Amino acid sequence: MSEKVSELSMLEAINETLHSEMARDERIVVLGEDVGRNGGVFRATEGLIEKFGENRVVDTPISEAAIAGSAVGLAMAGLVPVAEIQFLGFSYQAMHQIAGQIARLRYRTQSRFEPQITIRAPFGGGVRTPELHSDSLEAQFANIPGLKIVLPATASDAKGLLTSAIRDPDPVLFLEPLRGYRGIRDLVPDEEHAIPLGEANLVKKGDDIVIISWSYQVELSKRVAESLEEDGVSVAVLDLRSIVPLDVEALTQIVAHCGRAVVVQEAPETGGFASEIIATINDECFWSLEAPVARVSGFDVPYPVGMLENLYVPDEARIRAAVLKTMEEE
Amino acid sequence: MPKPNEKQLQMILEDMVVARTQAGRLWNLQRQGQVGTIAPIDGHEAAIVGAVHALETESDWVLPQYREPLGLRKYGPEVLDTFMLYNLGHPAGGHIPEPVKVAPSQISLGASIPHAVGLAWGMSLKDESGVVLVFFGDGASSEGDFYEAGNLAGVLKAPVIFLCINNQWAISTPTHLQTAADSFASKAEAFGIPGLTVDGNDPASVYEAVSEARNRATSGKGPTLIEATVYRLGAHTTADDPTRYVPSEDLSDAQKKDPVHTLIHEMKERNLWSDAKQSEVETAALERIDEAFEKAKNTPLSANSLMDHCFTSDTERQSRQRSFLMHSIGESNE
Repeated sequence: MSEKVSELSMLEAINETLHSEMARDERIVVLGEDVGRNGGVFRATEGLIEKFGENRVVDTPISEAAIAGSAVGLAMAGLVPVAEIQFLGFSYQAMHQIAGQIARLRYRTQSRFEPQITIRAPFGGGVRTPELHSDSLEAQFANIPGLKIVLPATASDAKGLLTSAIRDPDPVLFLEPLRGYRGIRDLVPDEEHAIPLGEANLVKKGDDIVIISWSYQVELSKRVAESLEEDGVSVAVLDLRSIVPLDVEALTQIVAHCGRAVVVQEAPETGGFASEIIATINDECFWSLEAPVARVSGFDVPYPVGMLENLYVPDEARIRAAVLKTMEEE
Repeated sequence: MPKPNEKQLQMILEDMVVARTQAGRLWNLQRQGQVGTIAPIDGHEAAIVGAVHALETESDWVLPQYREPLGLRKYGPEVLDTFMLYNLGHPAGGHIPEPVKVAPSQISLGASIPHAVGLAWGMSLKDESGVVLVFFGDGASSEGDFYEAGNLAGVLKAPVIFLCINNQWAISTPTHLQTAADSFASKAEAFGIPGLTVDGNDPASVYEAVSEARNRATSGKGPTLIEATVYRLGAHTTADDPTRYVPSEDLSDAQKKDPVHTLIHEMKERNLWSDAKQSEVETAALERIDEAFEKAKNTPLSANSLMDHCFTSDTERQSRQRSFLMHSIGESNE
């Protein structure tokens, strides 16, 4: 018996999940800028205020630090805040609360206070936003112990992972790709759908080389992998789904199987999470490698203005070139 | 305005004397290298104790900055016990046990202010009756958190009391370099909430102001900002040398208004306090802190606690690190 599914955009999947989780757990409070009457600037929170009322769906002042900081207090009161930072680039204005308070709350109070907090934020390029709307900051957060960082690449995963993120007793940063909101559509289970955090997804099997990625770059990697099949290269694609926790086992298995790997990220090269992946491969399965692991990244410059964006964001051509070069290495 | 009665004033003075006495012991312990950095409470006792005595410990939360714990005796012995663990650098020093409604010290200045707003807001969403009182200083009021949280609290009408203890100094920076505003209380105007300045050397004034703020908060009228003006009689912390910047004449003027000495004098005049009582309270305070210190020193510490409580359960990588740690010190990680 197959479960019922509907084709949804990632945005619709996120909206549906917020509706179903709020209906399931009355402790959930959604807060953020324009999340109520406007339903979110992307409509991710559409319909929530009508259904759950303005006590549970709260339009806050423009104050990211107070959104993140008051989420700590809401959690201390026994509620489950699901906060939205309108764009991840604005999280800099909440960074001291996210990094210095939310992430350490459980540790510094030895679990007296439990930060069951989800922070949702759109990020990533490709839609010619104004400055600071597109930055990929996931590696900066990954260097903060105490935060889980979840990055769905499909609508179905967006539902499954957001469900788990909200229910997780630890704080989760849930990063939603701007380009994927309407650009990614797939079949999403109608019923409750929870994917455990920390389980990578081998979205395409392959034997010669694996492309490792997360968020929207998985979509590009899949396209590259499929096109290379026609050229006789068997390319696997591993979607990490979350970078904290990291599925080391799935990563190690597929890299050891293929012996060649390319890591794709949209963030700048230096200090990016791809570096962490390569270090992990080095630790876990270096001797099974047949070639150095390659990185495809943004460049080490601030995220650029719209007319330069296509030069910055890794595209299929750059991923393809990195795969072919890695295949040539002896 | 609700004033503390004689009995309450006696209890307030007792807590102030206890705080001052224990602060002296703590200073010595630090100088002996037995505890870490301490921020002395001297000069702040009336503001802290007066405020706390206007709260209901069963329902009201206190979110301290870091100078307050010795003044929170009303919240129970767990506060001092945990504070001594904290001063030793023991991880259990961050966990004041249930059901005590006191958060551990907050090192990041002003960072607890939005927590207080969220907590108060959450309590009102759950129809709980209490309020949240958050302590911070004149220096912390310059942080963005104060403005963002104050603004949010005003909009939400959260049942929170912002208690700014203006002790005239942010380490070495005097108040005229901290703000050009007439007072710290005047900043309330921007939040659309009441703000008032009280004499923080007079616990009755602080008690009255906090009681009034509490009444407002519990009747749905929202937050209040209270500035309690005091003078920091000691160093900023044990790592600070205030003789580099505090004018000696200012300090000696302030010492004449020492809140503990002033209240002792006043209460003796009213036959509500005596030298015998004083010495009895001091002796008990020292015994109590010594007992708490011994208890803290004898609290077991496992190397595992380095890795505990980051997440509810270890990630794969933390688990590997934990094994490495325990193996490297020759212990089992069970």
